[in-house]
Formats: sequence, structure tokens, C-alpha cells
Amino acid sequence: MAKAKDALLDPLFNNNPIALQILGICSALAVTNKLSTALTMTIAVTLVTAFSNAAISAIRNHIPNSIRIIVQMTIIATLVIIIDQMLKAYAYEMSKALSVYVGLIITNCIVMGRAEAYAMKNPVGLSFLDGLGNGLGYGIVLLAVGFVRELFGSGKLFGVTILNTVNDGGWYVSNGLMLLAPSAFFLIGFIIWGLRTWKPELQE
Amino acid sequence: MSHYFMIFFNSVFIDNIALTFFLGMCTFIAVSKKVSTAIMLGAAVIAVEVITVPVNNLLYTFLLKKGALAWAGYPNLDLSFLGLICYIGVIAAIVQILEMALDKYLPALYNALGIFLPLITVNCAILGAALFMVERDYNVMESTVYGFGVGFGFALAICLLAGIREKLTYSDVPKGLRGVFGFALAICLLAGIREKLTYSDVPKGLRGVGVTFIIVGLMAMSFKAFSGLQF
Repeated sequence: MAKAKDALLDPLFNNNPIALQILGICSALAVTNKLSTALTMTIAVTLVTAFSNAAISAIRNHIPNSIRIIVQMTIIATLVIIIDQMLKAYAYEMSKALSVYVGLIITNCIVMGRAEAYAMKNPVGLSFLDGLGNGLGYGIVLLAVGFVRELFGSGKLFGVTILNTVNDGGWYVSNGLMLLAPSAFFLIGFIIWGLRTWKPELQE
Repeated sequence: MSHYFMIFFNSVFIDNIALTFFLGMCTFIAVSKKVSTAIMLGAAVIAVEVITVPVNNLLYTFLLKKGALAWAGYPNLDLSFLGLICYIGVIAAIVQILEMALDKYLPALYNALGIFLPLITVNCAILGAALFMVERDYNVMESTVYGFGVGFGFALAICLLAGIREKLTYSDVPKGLRGVFGFALAICLLAGIREKLTYSDVPKGLRGVGVTFIIVGLMAMSFKAFSGLQF
């Protein structure tokens, strides 16, 4: 039981994929200007990581070592195609908003990294939990960045007005920088800073 | 001609794949500690982009696009949902071929590139360029130019970052490169920051990756200055 708990909870803070393993940063930066896109991305990545980990772990003893990358890639690509098609069918607007970033889950290093580092050596159940944990660890950072960017950039959360902006006749002068790319870098830099000050053993 | 130049200029400065779309960030952060390795990786990325983007373009136009299989007697077939798996397969195969070709004909370059070449397969800048190419409906010629532009933009960005990071750790930039980097950094309006960082005392928790993010953020901001340019 303790092992299962570790597999699920460790990636949330102690070994966070974005802040500490520095994996999967690309999409973390690009989809966080709104909370809704950040949440969709979190769900998509968590599902892909969990199921690809489980699938790869299930056949880990049958994959020849020399072609394992291609096998992993095929499994991951298949899962991503399923997610992509689901989004196109049931949430077309969202799929347009995420544009190429859904497809890019394939090359998201978190998925590949966990498959290679964890799923190839551990049983199915634990691998599934590890995938789930890493997806959620990724999600925490994504949602934190998305929260700050949407709230201060456009005064909204999930599209609901929280701070009434000047443009709509309110009082809040929105911070345009938050909607632009660079702010995501600063925010993640600060998150890493905060996390490493909280847990000094993680410092470089 | 000016059309192609615009695609190139756009993909290098305005829509820089690393600094505007955040693609290839993992490699971007991980391999930017030294200028010499950054240059190698940049060269490898340019080579792979120039080949894979047009090849994927051909694949899309003649096999996957709706109606693309009309020549085979299936005018209504739309295979574009298979795009992702095809592109990544093509990229993996081309990287593998490039690796074998370099090993045979240019062993010196092959040894210098080392682990970076296979890693390019999972670099999202490559797959991203292919997906953007499809989204923007480029033809073969345009996608070749686009591929080169994207690769060049990535190379430029990673070399700049490596230059700044080397300064951060007091180590020397190779002599012959100093002039080049002085110039490039001036373009990015970063010369001032670089000088300041050389003597700065970075807070403990921010050292390493943390401060790198902040630098990249500043670089992305300076690249934003290009977005006002119109032709």
C-alpha cells in the first residue's frame, strides 16, 4: 500500500515533473493563458500518461529492447489520436483553442519519460498510479499558472468575471503582460523558486 | 521571392518556435548550458527540420488529406486523423537515417552530435513544425523554407540562451565566438542584462533551472519587439 501511495503522491510535490524533472514544459507554457484550456490539457495528459504507462507496463516483458522506443511511441500516439478525436467530436471549440498542442502530447517528455523510467520496470497497477500522479503533478503547475494568468490578465476565472475590467466599465486595469508568452516563464520560474525554498533539499 | 522571405523572417523572429510557441523547451533548457553544444544541437535541428517538414508535407498532400487518395480510386477517403502517427513515424525514421548517414560519411560530426541526434525525435519543435505546416496549408516549397526558418530560429534562440548561461557561471565563451555573440545579444537588447547577471548573486532557490526560466522569459519579451514589424 505504501508503495502505491508513493507512486501516486510523490510526483505531486517532491518530484514534480515540471518544476523538478523539467519535463513537458512546452505545453505548460502555451496553454495556460486560460484556466479552461489548462484544465483540458491536464485531463488529456493525465489520461494519456496513466493509460500509456499501464499498457507499456503490461507488455514490458515482451518488448525487445532495441525497438522499445518505437513501440512506446506507437502506443502513446494511438492514445493521443483517441483524445484528439474525442475533443474534435465533443468539444470542437476547445480542440481549436488547443490547436497543435493536443498532438504534441506525443512528444511531451513526461509521457515518454515515465514510460521509459517507470513503466518498463514496474507492474501494471503501480505504473498506472505513477502515470496518474505525474499527470496530476503536471496539472497542479498548469492550473496554478493558468489561475494567475487568467485572473490578472483578463480578470476572469473559467470565463466568469471576477475582477471587473476597465474595458467593461469596471475598476480593474488588466495586466496585458499576463496574456503574453513571457509571463508564463516568469511564473514557472517563481514556482520553482518557491518550491525549492520550501524544500531546501531540492536546490541545485 | 518576397513571399518566401516573409515566411522565413516570420518563423525566425516573429513566430520563433522556442520563444513564442514554447516548443522544444525540454531540450532548450537542458542543452543550453554550453555554447559549443548548443551550436551542435542547433545545426542538427536545422538539418532535421529542413528534411522532415517537406517530407511530411508530401505525405499529407498525397496520402492523408481529404480527397488525396483520388489517384488510387478513393476520392472520399479522409485519412487526416492518422496524421499524428504518420508524422512521428516519418520523423523517427528520418532521424535514424540521418544518424546512419552521418556515421558513415561524416563520423567527426556524428561523434560531436552524440546523444543529441536521437533525442531530436522527441523534440516537439520538430513535430510542432509539421503540425503548423498542415494547419497553415503550405506547399512543398513554402514548407521547405518554413522548415529552415523554424530550425534557424530555434538554433538562434538556444545559442543566445547558452551564451547568457555561460556568462552566469563565469566560464569562458570560445574566443572566436565572442564577436558573434556580442552582436547577437545586442540584437536581443540583452547585453545589459548579461553584464548585470555576471556579477549577480542569484538566490539559492532560484539557482539553475529557476533563473533560466526568468532569462528565457526576458528573451521572449525582447522577441515580442519583432512582432510589430510589417512588410
